[in-house]
Amino acid sequence: MSEMQDYKSRVSDPASRKFETFSYLPQMTTEQIRKQIEYIVKKGWNPGLEHTEPEHLMDNYWYMWKLPMFGETNVDVVLKEAEACRKANPNNHIRLLAYDNFRQSQGTNMVIFRGKTV
Amino acid sequence: MAVKSYNAGVKEYRQTYWEPEYKVQDTDILACFKITPQAGVSREEIAAAVAAESSTGTWTTVWTDLLTDLDHYKGRAYRIEDVPGDDTCFYAFVAYPIDLFEEGSVVNVFTSLVGNVFGFKALRALRLEDVRFPIAYVKTCGGPPQGITMERDILNKYGRPLLGCTIKPKLGLSAKNYGRAVYECLRGGLDLTKDDENINSQPFMRWRARFDFVQEATLKAERETGERKGHYLNVTAPTPEEMYKRAEYAKEIGAPIIMHDYLTGGFCANTGLANWCRDNGMLLHIHRAMHGVIDRNPHHGIHFRVLAKALRLSGGDHLHSGTVVGKLEGDRAPTLGFVDLMRDSFIKEDRARGIFFDQDWGSMPGVFPVASGGIHVWHMPALVNIFGDDACLQFGGGTLGHPWGNAAGAAANRVALEACVEARNSGRELEKEGKDILTKAAASSPELKIAMETWKEIKFEFDTVDKLDVAHK
Repeated sequence: MSEMQDYKSRVSDPASRKFETFSYLPQMTTEQIRKQIEYIVKKGWNPGLEHTEPEHLMDNYWYMWKLPMFGETNVDVVLKEAEACRKANPNNHIRLLAYDNFRQSQGTNMVIFRGKTV
Repeated sequence: MAVKSYNAGVKEYRQTYWEPEYKVQDTDILACFKITPQAGVSREEIAAAVAAESSTGTWTTVWTDLLTDLDHYKGRAYRIEDVPGDDTCFYAFVAYPIDLFEEGSVVNVFTSLVGNVFGFKALRALRLEDVRFPIAYVKTCGGPPQGITMERDILNKYGRPLLGCTIKPKLGLSAKNYGRAVYECLRGGLDLTKDDENINSQPFMRWRARFDFVQEATLKAERETGERKGHYLNVTAPTPEEMYKRAEYAKEIGAPIIMHDYLTGGFCANTGLANWCRDNGMLLHIHRAMHGVIDRNPHHGIHFRVLAKALRLSGGDHLHSGTVVGKLEGDRAPTLGFVDLMRDSFIKEDRARGIFFDQDWGSMPGVFPVASGGIHVWHMPALVNIFGDDACLQFGGGTLGHPWGNAAGAAANRVALEACVEARNSGRELEKEGKDILTKAAASSPELKIAMETWKEIKFEFDTVDKLDVAHK
């Protein structure tokens, strides 16, 4: 058994903040993000993008990037929009959402690009 | 107008209550009983007796029967079926007119359906297997205070199961030490922690002190992680007045979720509390202590799928459902059957999953099934595969028993959960590739790596006592 480790998480350290689904995994690669978009599209959900300054991540409403991509099934188009959103907001967290209009909820929601926390 | 005359004496039940030609109405409440009769009584007579004793009948004819239109109110046994693989008993289907019951009263429905009839001498045993609640009746009940969709919006959790943990030891901690255990779990990555059901307001920890310390722990974990957190504050109490007092205080200090034991507390208290939660924007977690007494014997009692339906009508946002893979009872197919009954809008009859009737819930919100008891990181791939996203997975010992403590245990579970969801979304087969998925995830999580080394060998492989009725091969 390896030696006991301290759990490194501090209120004073902005890098300790998480951002819900997949925030305990390493930053996804482009290939991994592509797979998640494929999943959303296959489910028949509508992809959308939102971003925020990391210090406001607990708010319900982040800035919407354009409008949700209703009916968009082309993974490349979604990925390109995500890249464009990131280029315009390099310091912000950017999350990919999947609107499920039948359940009136989000099928999933995950931060795909992580902003600058310090 | 039909004229009936009064003849005192004992009539055979079947003359009045056995109607094989009866055409079931869309508004009828339907019940399937598994009947184990005493020797020498015909199936039709005993089925009719069950219909009679659970509706309008009594053992003898009474003149006041003639003051009412019995045909409008009586329950009718309308079908009899063999139980596959068991000759000692049979299924009887009974239809009850909706006017027999008070609107929105789970209490009233069950007082009739599982009342005196269960002590009836002509029966060796009786089990209520399933009940079809017509949409007309469903619409009179409040149901879950918030429901799955609303809870996700309140807690900001999407695209994955919720992750929780019951605080242990279940009894004996002081309020401040208890709050510490909560804080460690939540800062490590759990969404929710839970009061054990036995925790009410004992001398070692009075409820108010517990609520205060736990709420501070929850708020600090939120500030630290940037995520929404909650702790199920158990408001189960000796009296309804005391229960509401505790619920009001939980709301006052800003707790998002409270908890109730719906069987020991009772349907009356539960329905009232669910209504209170709906009025006050609170989530309600439901524990099911005593269910094993009622639902475990395959020949007597009430099947859990019926208790689950009762809870969805009475109201609750979470309900314990068993894990399929952990330390507590639960076969896979029937568990999935009642899990669907908790959360879907329409569930088709499916005998292979123990579902005897179509059930239409209309727009009534769904209940999160809670999988809890003897589960740890190695169970994660199976749990995500079995339950999907709309479930709350609770690892008690599997969090608190981590060699580095609760926060590390919580992080290990959170990493394992997210790795499984990520892999599933990417098209991988969880139960087949589980080991590989977890091992890869552990490469960037020392907490998960240690957890996997700690619990590798634990298995629960006892056979289930209450199995589905199937013909012997």
